[in-house]
Amino acid sequence: MKRYVIIGNCIAAAGCVEGIRSVDPDGAITVVSEETHPAYCRPLISYFLEGRASLDRISYRAPDFYDRAGCTVLYGRRAVAVRPEEKAVELDDGTSLPYDALCVATGSSPFVPSMEGLENVRSKYSFMTLDDAIALDKAVAPESRVFVVGAGMIGLKCAEGLLGRAASVTVCDLADRVLSSVLDFECAALVQRRLEEHGMRFYLGDSVLRFEPDTAYLKSGAVVGFDVLVLAVGIRPNVSLVKDAGGEVGRGIVVDEMMRTSLPGVFAAGDCAQSFDVSSGESRVLAILPNAYMQGHAAGVNMAGGREVFDKGIVMNSIGFFGMHAMTAGSYDGEVYEEKTESSVKRLYTKDGLLKGFMLVGCDERAGIYTSMIRERMPLDSVDFGLMKRGATTAGYCKEKRGKMFGGVV
Amino acid sequence: MNMKRVYVNEEWCLGCHLCEYNCAFANSGLSDMALALKGKPIYPRIHIEGDEKISYAVSCRHCEDPMCVRSCIAGAISKQDGVVRIDRDRCVGCFTCVLVCPYGALAPGESGAMLKCELCLQNASGEPACVRGCPNKAIVYEERGEAE
Ligand SMILES: Cc1cc2nc3c(=O)[nH]c(=O)nc-3n(C[C@H](O)[C@H](O)[C@H](O)COP(=O)(O)OP(=O)(O)OC[C@H]3O[C@@H](n4cnc5c(N)ncnc54)[C@H](O)[C@@H]3O)c2cc1C
Ligand code: SF4
Ligand code: SF4
Repeated sequence: MKRYVIIGNCIAAAGCVEGIRSVDPDGAITVVSEETHPAYCRPLISYFLEGRASLDRISYRAPDFYDRAGCTVLYGRRAVAVRPEEKAVELDDGTSLPYDALCVATGSSPFVPSMEGLENVRSKYSFMTLDDAIALDKAVAPESRVFVVGAGMIGLKCAEGLLGRAASVTVCDLADRVLSSVLDFECAALVQRRLEEHGMRFYLGDSVLRFEPDTAYLKSGAVVGFDVLVLAVGIRPNVSLVKDAGGEVGRGIVVDEMMRTSLPGVFAAGDCAQSFDVSSGESRVLAILPNAYMQGHAAGVNMAGGREVFDKGIVMNSIGFFGMHAMTAGSYDGEVYEEKTESSVKRLYTKDGLLKGFMLVGCDERAGIYTSMIRERMPLDSVDFGLMKRGATTAGYCKEKRGKMFGGVV
Repeated sequence: MNMKRVYVNEEWCLGCHLCEYNCAFANSGLSDMALALKGKPIYPRIHIEGDEKISYAVSCRHCEDPMCVRSCIAGAISKQDGVVRIDRDRCVGCFTCVLVCPYGALAPGESGAMLKCELCLQNASGEPACVRGCPNKAIVYEERGEAE
């Protein structure tokens, strides 16, 4: 009987378990879970703060998931070293866990830059885990002034989750706009306006010079008093287990399309890994939930001796605030097709006869049709792009393609 | 395993949108069509695409490798016995599934939670209401194997 070990117990790990079981119903699976919760929907921790997702609803899978899959989960245990030559993982309690195939699904950790006076702030939090959210939930009272450093996805989602239950929520970011890694200035301004309409305050293009226990002094000269501080400046992939074992790492753990690392018998998946991005042609960390699941699943299948490749990864994101949605995918490179209104922006990017990426803010579109054109590298001269660019529709595909998609229509 | 699917014949589709109304009605839980739909925005799980030349109804293909199931950030979509189901109480309306479905088969309902075709297995219709109500038999419910 084959022995599988998975380090980490969230989305990529759940995908890995399901991938293994789709091939091998019998092998022994052990999951090393530093967090003491069953795999949960990490993106829902902000909805939990808001009161829109309860603790029992936040689980990623049914309560009997691990039992049915025949997995042993070691809750509260941390892997401290991988020894590929002995095919074993060393745990923080000194025990050694032997494996035939290993998946590293360690995700990422918040990155906290050194800032003057930060050590004197008592009420400070990160926003990565359910325990962070539970702690914040306890710390924030109706009269609290909340200060969030970082206007990326994690910072803004946290700020949104707290907006209705704190006296004030103020967000600061070094970038000149919100969600700067996925939105350009104009799109970001729409999202920012929506958040401001709901009472959020911003200091953008600004940074904290120093902290006092309940005050932040910003570079611009602004002074922000707070009761609760949230640090959401950035995240770093957890690569050290593979790196220390001599495996190849870049920003993330380097994997091939079968999710194999450079260490024999060791796979990696999810936010800790970097893999091929179809739209840019580069190897990148694709730190979103869908990719974590699919990479985990592919890793699991391959660990169990099957074959599944993950070769259609792209950067994509869907994020919504108070009913306004921003959907983005691919790379913003090449010629632009644009439509704008007071409250929406649509931009499609084409290059070399292919759709490369898009930004859709405040648009009601069947965006998945565009996403699949990017993923499949569908030549634009094979579709009616004049029709499709105005509104995402499968009617722009030729009759044969449509027939295939919809199952052999006559 | 239930492998029957809703298929559409674009040559026969009149583009009359009746399937959209039948779908919205079957899923309304009400017994009077006028009461359920008249003067209100409707939220069907099937929609007509096309132009003056062609038209056809699109609903969930219950994919073999469903991107929506793999991508849902709330674990709200699952495949059970060949049918892709959604637990709308878990859906947080994030649009990630909309961002990945190659068919454009999901759309938000009135509450913001997503709607998709569940083959009328979850309502009182018994068989897909779009199929039963199509005046030109352009939509059929039969077994042809799974979509790509
Ligand atoms: C607030 C927030 C909002 C988000 N919103 C979205 C969104 O809207 N859409 C989207 O697509 N994505 C979103 N994401 C990103 C998404 O959550 C991640 O892409 C996804 O969780 C990655 O899954 P993973 O399994 O690779 O890693 P993780 O979910 O990070 O899980 C890794 C696990 O491994 C454990 N671990 C690490 N090291 C060890 C060790 N040595 N031993 C044992 N265990 C270890 C960690 O404790 C952790 O539980 C969001 C993330 C956050 C924090
Ligand atoms: S919603 Fe879309 S991706 Fe999901 S099963 Fe249906 S057609 Fe496939
Ligand atoms: S909108 Fe709902 S069903 Fe779709 S991915 Fe988000 S939570 Fe899941």
